Amino acid sequence: MVDGATRDGYGAGLVELGTSNPNVVVLDSGVSDSTRSKKFGDKFPDRFFNMGISEGDMVCTAAGLAQAGKIPFATSFACFLLGRSMDQTLVSVAYSNTNVKLVGTHSGLAVGEDGPSAQMIVDIAYTRAIPNMTVIQPADWEEARQATIALANYKGPAYMRLGRSNVKGIYDPKTYKFEIGKASVIKQGSDAVVFATGSMVEETMKALEQLGTEMNVTVVNVSTLKPLDEATIIDQVGKNKIVITAEDHNRIGGLGDAVCEVLMNHQICKPFKRIAVNDTFAETGSASELYEKYGLSANHIVRALREVKA
Amino acid sequence: MSATDLLTALYFGDILQYDSKDPHKPGRDRFLLSKGHASALLYCTLAEAGYFPEEDLADYRKINSKLFLSGHPHPKTPGVEIASGSLGQGLSVAHGIALGIRNEFPSARVYVVMGDGELQEGQVWEAAMSAAKFKSTNLIAIVDNNKVAQDNLTKDLKDIEPLEDKWRAFGWETLRIDGHDMSQIMDALQKPVGKEKPRVIIADTIKGKGVSFMEGQTAWHGVAPNDEKLEAALKELA
Repeated sequence: MVDGATRDGYGAGLVELGTSNPNVVVLDSGVSDSTRSKKFGDKFPDRFFNMGISEGDMVCTAAGLAQAGKIPFATSFACFLLGRSMDQTLVSVAYSNTNVKLVGTHSGLAVGEDGPSAQMIVDIAYTRAIPNMTVIQPADWEEARQATIALANYKGPAYMRLGRSNVKGIYDPKTYKFEIGKASVIKQGSDAVVFATGSMVEETMKALEQLGTEMNVTVVNVSTLKPLDEATIIDQVGKNKIVITAEDHNRIGGLGDAVCEVLMNHQICKPFKRIAVNDTFAETGSASELYEKYGLSANHIVRALREVKA
Repeated sequence: MSATDLLTALYFGDILQYDSKDPHKPGRDRFLLSKGHASALLYCTLAEAGYFPEEDLADYRKINSKLFLSGHPHPKTPGVEIASGSLGQGLSVAHGIALGIRNEFPSARVYVVMGDGELQEGQVWEAAMSAAKFKSTNLIAIVDNNKVAQDNLTKDLKDIEPLEDKWRAFGWETLRIDGHDMSQIMDALQKPVGKEKPRVIIADTIKGKGVSFMEGQTAWHGVAPNDEKLEAALKELA
């Protein structure tokens, strides 16, 4: 297992792609050191375009590169990438169906002290609602590395959501195989299932340590948020008594809503609770403080599991 | 209609190198209509250039249009490189294509036509800085400066002049021409590109050119003529 931030896994994936796929090009908007796209830029300067602090221009430039046969990864902080280029993403990327990979790092409350203007909590809702878009959020370094490579091999617009902070490695690089559209069962239980995404997978694993033998919990990493792996969700809901979703994102339009939609569409009714930001802007503070205060920490997952069970 | 002479020169004056029977031919010159609301002009030009039969133009803005002849262009239509309709994106996209083809096809050019009102969009100037930074001399921007936007005269809405000074300050080589004088248009388009700076051609044009009651009139920005007006217009254009 490799411990590290998903943005670091992205940087490593890009460097691999630099050698293996000559069509891959990378763009950034002046934050390449933080997003780790600089790792690619340092090794492949002719295929790296730092567009300066102009995300709308960057996203459309990426669309042009795609129309010239390249596979562009357009990178920035999630808050600016999508915040500043919603229209460009709609028209030049999604509607035009260009082969652009948008990669937003520093997502969610986990970005911490930079405060709510930097804490992107609506990007899953926004990108999921866009036709033609694939939406991915890896849970650890290795999954981020593999997802980066998978995205280069996938033809079509996509958004990948990454985090700043280090997370504990979940997947063994020797055995794990990431696939777009597949959720992965990290631990099989029978009392409850937690569908988690991104940094909340680690938080869920911490919750399980706290619970010990109190409950036998299934943990599913939903790393592809669109298209959703409905088969795995339905299967696991059937195998467990209660359902929890966990995401570092607003509760409107995120993973919780997506899972609800699947269950309603299949007329499945189970005790259910969402762990998510409760439709509010947070504040400054460390990631762990924010997770505690805004309801995302392992403690809250434990509490939810106990409450719903009762 | 203000950009008709410009597109005529590009497509039928041996400026754009294209094969209408092979719209995705690698190494082709590219044309992007950033002011997507002039889609009627683009579709007519593409039909005339042989991308599709003229009869298909009857589908324009109609549901189930076989060639997706939408009110604003989309790449499902042969000869269209990117969707447009939201102003300000075309120069960035054209620049992306220019960056993408410059090593493999050094002689290929990317042309993009923008409206004058469109230059009020900040992204145009972001793209202008980018193309200067990357010395993208294979990118040629054309401003269809018809001086009229939907609401108002462009200068009253929010003045974009002095245009040459602005583009020059952003690192571009700047030409200013009469956009209805074919010899000036051809001279500008045939001029060999430089080695350092991208080029912008500011073409002073007249909105509704050729129809006396439409010329320079804000009211005709997005309005189709009724049968009577259409007949009068066609008579003047004949």
